[in-house]
Amino acid sequence: MNKMIAALAGVAAAGIFATGSAQAAETLDAVKGRGELVCGVSTGLPGFSVPDDKGAWTGIDVDTCRAVAAAVLGDANKVKFVPLTAKERFTALQSGEIDMLSRNTTWTATRDTSLGLNFAGVNYYDGQGFMVMKSLGVKSAKELSGASVCIQSGTTTELNLADYFRLNGMEYSSVVFDTSDQTIQGFEAGRCDMLTSDQSQLYSLRTKLPDPSAAMVLPEVISKEPLGPVVRQGDDEWFNIVKWSLFAMVNAEEFGITSANVDEMKDSKDPNVGRLLGTQDELGPQMGLDKEWAYNIVKQVGNYSEMFERTVGMGSPLEIARGLNALWSNGGIMYAPPAR
Amino acid sequence: MAVFELKEALPPPARSAGATGWIRANLLSSPLNIALTLLGAYLILTFLPPLLDWAIFSADFTGETQDACVSGGACWTFITNRLPFFTYGFYPEPERWRVNIGFLLLAAVMIPQFIEKIPGKQWIGLFGLTGLPILVAILLSGGIFGLESVPTDKWGGLMLTLVLAFVGIVGALPIGVVLALGRRSQMPIVRIVCTTFIELWRGVPLISVLFMASVMLPLFLPEGVSFDKLLRALIGITMFQSAYMAEVIRGGLQAIPRGQYEAASALGLGYWRSMGLIILPQALKLVIPGIVNTFISLFKDTTLVLIIGLFDILQTVNSSIVDPSWNNVATEGYVFAAFSFWVFCFSMSRYSQALERKLHTGHKR
Repeated sequence: MNKMIAALAGVAAAGIFATGSAQAAETLDAVKGRGELVCGVSTGLPGFSVPDDKGAWTGIDVDTCRAVAAAVLGDANKVKFVPLTAKERFTALQSGEIDMLSRNTTWTATRDTSLGLNFAGVNYYDGQGFMVMKSLGVKSAKELSGASVCIQSGTTTELNLADYFRLNGMEYSSVVFDTSDQTIQGFEAGRCDMLTSDQSQLYSLRTKLPDPSAAMVLPEVISKEPLGPVVRQGDDEWFNIVKWSLFAMVNAEEFGITSANVDEMKDSKDPNVGRLLGTQDELGPQMGLDKEWAYNIVKQVGNYSEMFERTVGMGSPLEIARGLNALWSNGGIMYAPPAR
Repeated sequence: MAVFELKEALPPPARSAGATGWIRANLLSSPLNIALTLLGAYLILTFLPPLLDWAIFSADFTGETQDACVSGGACWTFITNRLPFFTYGFYPEPERWRVNIGFLLLAAVMIPQFIEKIPGKQWIGLFGLTGLPILVAILLSGGIFGLESVPTDKWGGLMLTLVLAFVGIVGALPIGVVLALGRRSQMPIVRIVCTTFIELWRGVPLISVLFMASVMLPLFLPEGVSFDKLLRALIGITMFQSAYMAEVIRGGLQAIPRGQYEAASALGLGYWRSMGLIILPQALKLVIPGIVNTFISLFKDTTLVLIIGLFDILQTVNSSIVDPSWNNVATEGYVFAAFSFWVFCFSMSRYSQALERKLHTGHKR
């Protein structure tokens, strides 16, 4: 009986992997044939993917999807967003329900190597941080030995927090909450000295305080959380397209191309700009795309800086500084290989 | 000559009549009652004024953004601002009239059921169970008759909750009746199949049913075959609830005395006619509370679809309260969601009570 179950499980598993590889090299054709990119997003995370008052999706992850749609289909609006919970996200990608996953997913070794997935780059470098009330008068997390910490249960933040305090030989007591709005209410009510979460989340939670300026995010970052779009393994053509759509936005920022000046930039003497915008080189056709792929991205979605400021940066209620996400030439680590 | 004059009867003593009498009889009849009344009054006076103050007197109702919420009470502006999203989800704005017609049709079918004297209301009800779902399905999804196609991933909010609940209710009752009859059948194969079905579905939590439908099923389907996520959830909910329904109805069937079955046979009625004309009408009437209980729990269980990323009314609230352009509006959002659910569940409960009164034929004591 046990053998039979094992055999059945084996057949089922083989079926899963067979489906996985059979989908190779077909995503681009499927998207073009459908005339629509199917993109997995979160069910509501401020700044990353969240429905606005009109029910339209906004956020940096959403704009990443729109950039790929602009590159492939020439129209950033031809995206179907599929809201996915954290548990569903990888299965939805593996089963082919979505073409790409852009859902604040941390790039880790296990995910990259064992799930049959490829991370196509990083659109936001996040990391776990701490938020305290300014009235506490601390400047660094190292001063917080013995503090009580508000955390949301069941997340890796709990483990990172334990590691960090043990490493620094400090004591803490945790106050665990179930959802993010309970966590911020606990913090607001003074049930803990500080709140820990991913930095992007700290900024969005801070907006929920009656007086957001009374709280501050400490400079310490205790974990690396590179977030980026994910595609299925085995379809390298599609992997390249998603990867280079992201790089195109970063390169556009580096060369000073914005959605406002992209038309004038087409006549630019700078060969880098010409190659990217398809006036001097044929980068697009090498990927199976139109010559104007990068032009469409910048024209319709913007360069990386525009996307960042609009969704999570100073132009948004989150008001997150560029920090690590600044260009490599501006002290950050956002770096794209040359487009040539 | 003394004439007998009829004097008017004296009014009852003031202490036992009118408001005073009522208060004395109901609130102050014993020391325990007095204590409970005082406690109740204390609780009401402690909690009600701040609650009313928060919800009504210092609440903000108008405006467009967070800036309109200045009074310190509830920020209902958030709800009014997001109401279209809570109602229609991602349904495209120019097409929302179709959803409105769907709501109207549902109301047109349901409201007559509450009113005693409307001719042909059983036919309206029958239409509600057969024609209406098909009509509304065509109306909402479109694609024919010149209606623009709206894929189900755009459905959301209250509309999605009602679709899930309505399809679940309309599907679960007949399937439940068939399963209940099957489980009591003399034919072994039918009995085994029905029993297995019921025990299998009843033995797993709804969450895992939804999760299997949403996450596992696509992995086993052949490549390129994907069928609608909403449809998968609908099938899951209907199957799950029909198993519960079957057991509720089986309870009713078992309460019918053996004599009724024998009388039906003696009249020469076959199986289906004796069930349809004699047994089921009595059995279903007996278990109305149980059936409505299942319906109400089904309605509330529809919120579980949020774990598979469908935007029912609770999920639209969930994803709206995180919007950083609003302050902490979680309370307002959840109060709104709770109120919406209460309205529907309470109406269902009232309807079942009215139905019981109407069908009351001496069973009730």
